[in-house]
Amino acid sequence: MKTSGLLRHETVLGVLIVSALIVLAALSDRFFTTENLLNQGRLMSEVGLVALAMTFVIVTGGIDLSVGSILGLTAILLGVLWHNIGLPLPLAMVLALVSGTLAGLGNGLIITRFGVPPLIATLATLALYRGLAEGISQARSVRGYPEWFFFFGQGEIVGVPFQLWMLALATAVCAVVLAMTPFGRATYAIGANEVAARYSGIRVDATKLWIYAGAGFLSALAAVIFVSRVTTTRSDMGTGLELDVITGVVLGGTSIFGGRGTIIGTALGLILIQALKNGLALSGVKGDGTIVVIGIVLIIAILVSAVFDRSRGG
Amino acid sequence: LSTAIATFSGERSRLRRFLAAYGQELVVLFSIIVLFVVVGAVNPRFLSNTNINSIFAGNAYIAVAAIGMSMVIISGHIDVSVGSLIGVIATIAGTLAVNGYPVWIAWLVPVLFAIAVNSAVGALVAYTRIPSIVVTLGMLSILKGGLISATAGAWITDMPGDFMIAQRRILGIPSPVYFMVVLTIVAALFMRYTDLGRAIYAVGGNTEAARAAGLNPERTVVSVFALHGFFAGIAGLLFATQLQVIQSTVPPNLELTVITASVIGGVSILGGTGTVIGSTLAAILFAAIGSALIFLNVSAYWLRAVLGLMILATVLADMARRQRAK
Repeated sequence: MKTSGLLRHETVLGVLIVSALIVLAALSDRFFTTENLLNQGRLMSEVGLVALAMTFVIVTGGIDLSVGSILGLTAILLGVLWHNIGLPLPLAMVLALVSGTLAGLGNGLIITRFGVPPLIATLATLALYRGLAEGISQARSVRGYPEWFFFFGQGEIVGVPFQLWMLALATAVCAVVLAMTPFGRATYAIGANEVAARYSGIRVDATKLWIYAGAGFLSALAAVIFVSRVTTTRSDMGTGLELDVITGVVLGGTSIFGGRGTIIGTALGLILIQALKNGLALSGVKGDGTIVVIGIVLIIAILVSAVFDRSRGG
Repeated sequence: LSTAIATFSGERSRLRRFLAAYGQELVVLFSIIVLFVVVGAVNPRFLSNTNINSIFAGNAYIAVAAIGMSMVIISGHIDVSVGSLIGVIATIAGTLAVNGYPVWIAWLVPVLFAIAVNSAVGALVAYTRIPSIVVTLGMLSILKGGLISATAGAWITDMPGDFMIAQRRILGIPSPVYFMVVLTIVAALFMRYTDLGRAIYAVGGNTEAARAAGLNPERTVVSVFALHGFFAGIAGLLFATQLQVIQSTVPPNLELTVITASVIGGVSILGGTGTVIGSTLAAILFAAIGSALIFLNVSAYWLRAVLGLMILATVLADMARRQRAK
């Protein structure tokens, strides 16, 4: 029953995406071109990577509002470690990924050790990590990265953007982990009923620590790709990212109360949002008009899935 | 003798109850006093009239918005769209004012708009059971996107003089300070002594228990959001009229500052406890810290890191206190 319910949401999304694609392709002949679609894939990679991790977080019944700030902080660290401190760029990249993971681990520790609700814990670190990014950088940007570095954000492998390969790989790994491993089952169990999960011998705290650390790691990876794509480092990078990410995940059918959700759903949710953004922009709707549409789509999607839930007696 | 001991221990337990009820508020108040004394000693210009005015009057709108936010959080919900709402209200008010509408319309319409928007949010939250964070996240997108597409970020200038409510002074004190103080007192009395105020605490503490006790949690939540809309409306007017220009954008991170003020002021994010006095004090504390950094020659870019640390410390202390209480 549970699986069929999940599949229903994903079917609805699939139908929505197909109809959106048809309408958008009819509205603009520039929409359904390989070049445009690949470029859109490039643009959604950063949000996509973070959304994969956020799916795990939300399935446990948690939330991570600090991902945008972790992205900003690690981007700044990358720039400062390389440019100001003079470390080799590859080492700076590794250190940025490590600090992102540690930032996520910090969230996990505050949540598991002190029992702080994830919403408020990551609201605090949202401010803290962004504040560190601003303080460390003093709002100065770093430019002048070497040519090879731009491969991560602008390069291609057999005609497909590098980060789209990364996103596809990460999506596959996350989908397998969440759906088919004991770790994934623990994630669902925690979200469905944390106390019951604890009594059934699931290592609740360890699982959560891994998940929040993973969210930090993927945010840092997104930061490296982001810096490489736009060729500069600024402390306000990733501001508001958490909203895009959460919208994608929730639109993808992951219950904000935890216990339900799939990686495929998240992927579909992200594709729908990106298609809407791009298609509307091509049809002449200004960039900010699309934000309105996304807000409305989010609320309606939740409303519909809530109605479905109730009709199943859930 | 035994009566004397009884009275004494009665006094003590009353004091303890007072401390338990207002502990966080007292901590914030104490921090404000210490901050003013220490920074004033290091750099006396910190205590100049101009600076004190800019700390209190320039940030009163945050305190006013935090009153409504505190009510929402006490009821067990949250609103991440308040920054966008304030941006929209300011723009509506400014647009009406420069287009020649009477001043009272330019003041009244945006406030009614804010109440209407937030009542709708409250109804969605209360009756569809969609979590408030999701509804307000959607509302944030709608308001922010709608604002920028409607105005294209054009600035509003040359507003008529009598419209500029935040720039008036009474007895030499800027009007936003009166708004902040009066609204805080009224809201505090309201929360403590009216049926609705007490229902807000009850619903936030335990919705089902509140229902069993004969309260209507849905109606209470809609009312809370409507009230929050009123305070956001006033905050929007103060924000709109404190400078000569309205930038027609959403003030960055305003929702975060407002939520932070509520939480540091002692409103538990778990709902059910806290006071609006605490959130107003916390809003003043932030403003003072921001100003103090400048007067101590610390780069203002560290301000947000300091705020983050403060939220974290407050929340951890709150959790520790709860665990001890168990």
